Amino acid sequence: MNAPFLEQQARQTLAVVDCDIHPAHRTPGELLPYLEPRWREHYQTYGVHVRQALSSTLMYPRMMAAGMRTDALPSAGPAGSDLDMLRKQHLDPVNVEFGLLMALSKGGMEERNPEFAAAMSRATNDWQIDHWVRQEPRLRAGIVVPQEFPEAAVTEIERCAADRRYVQIMLSSRPSDPLGHPRYWPIYAAAERAGLPIGLHPVGYNGGHPSTGSGWPTYYLQEHYVFVACMEALAASFIVGGVFERFPGLKVVLVEGGFAWAPALAWRMDKHFDKFRKEVPHLKQRPSEYLRRHIWWTTQPIEEPEHARHLVEIIDWIGWDRLLYSSDYPHWDYDNPSFSFKFPMTETQRRKIFRDNAMALYRLS
Amino acid sequence: MSRHVVCSADELPPGSRRTAFVDGREIALFNVDGRLHALLNRCPHGGARICTGVVTGIAQSSGPGDYRLERHGEFLRCPWHGWEFELATGQSWCDPRTTRLRSYDVKREPGASLVKGPYVAERFPVVIENDYVVVETR
Ligand code: FES
Repeated sequence: MNAPFLEQQARQTLAVVDCDIHPAHRTPGELLPYLEPRWREHYQTYGVHVRQALSSTLMYPRMMAAGMRTDALPSAGPAGSDLDMLRKQHLDPVNVEFGLLMALSKGGMEERNPEFAAAMSRATNDWQIDHWVRQEPRLRAGIVVPQEFPEAAVTEIERCAADRRYVQIMLSSRPSDPLGHPRYWPIYAAAERAGLPIGLHPVGYNGGHPSTGSGWPTYYLQEHYVFVACMEALAASFIVGGVFERFPGLKVVLVEGGFAWAPALAWRMDKHFDKFRKEVPHLKQRPSEYLRRHIWWTTQPIEEPEHARHLVEIIDWIGWDRLLYSSDYPHWDYDNPSFSFKFPMTETQRRKIFRDNAMALYRLS
Repeated sequence: MSRHVVCSADELPPGSRRTAFVDGREIALFNVDGRLHALLNRCPHGGARICTGVVTGIAQSSGPGDYRLERHGEFLRCPWHGWEFELATGQSWCDPRTTRLRSYDVKREPGASLVKGPYVAERFPVVIENDYVVVETR
């Protein structure tokens, strides 16, 4: 049965900034007009070459509806491909002041052919502006970069950065090397120069390294949890690798990887830092200080402990100025701001998480 | 308790669903193989309007390698995070202790039993022909 599309009735009053919205291609060839003829032909002849067996299917069938909300399917195209539906189903009723796009599908982040990766990133960035941001002033783009080819990534950052409609640089949380590795540093230098945060989003499931340090997960439940493990590993790599010492202006946002683990990681690293500091003389501060100064977290999918209030203590530690509301629209684990936070917040805390933190971090307004 | 006529039975044939506003609440109505169900159209977990969820069964297993889909048509899976609710009772399957979806009694009743009196308005006779779907709210 074709379920009816329904709009949410009650409009939420507090304006929010949503830091994770996924735009999709309505037709498979949607990027073609944005590619130079040479790469258009390449795309049509060879397709993409990403780190997974089949470029268009994932190892797990996902939760349902190919990982989407079952009520977010437009009459034509996949979920997330219809701007009008995005407006009616999410931006309007949820009162989104700004929505940050996270373009995951077939960008350049995972493409293995260096020049093609650069071309796909460029095309994706132009497409975001053309199809989304230009049509809907509440939306902002994230710069997709060929992240495994830092030189090309820097070129793309420099091409886009002056345009304020791009508000961050997107990297995958499943890179080839841990992101603290010096080979990625040119990207951070460019980010710092541009004054743009780095947003890490889970991308890529089937190839490259197993998604846990101990092999591939057996169930989707495990696969989904692994977002956390990847984020922890990357946060540790940024910190211990000395990235924040080298780039003191760099800001990193961990998207869709949870946040309740942050204090435990910091405590553990601090404890070891006291014993191993001679091994890492490039670190001038304790790991927890870098963590709290340079890292932000988005909320979705928020941890849901039995006693919702347990989260309050965790956020007290992380800092109420570090969390950013995100919905993950139109994915199945979408969080509606009126229902997803099941613990009490003061008005000031609410404003920070839902709006003000993101306004300041991304210099929106 | 109050009773509300929400639609004629023809408008909710087997396999269909619809929503109705009753007492300021939006209620999702389902006809699954002739069984009528009425649930508050808001998921207690994260607020989704559950009327677009999938009507399904429940996966049961006695251990790895043994999977059965049972009780087909008795459950509603929320369109967002997939929590399953028993259509007949609103009982949550994944968090039965603290979460339940509000459910209402719903019946099919002949039009003649819903209204009383001389069915005359102006000069036109009112004919009672079909059955209606009636929801009871508490
Ligand atoms: S909103 Fe229904 S399962 Fe989360």
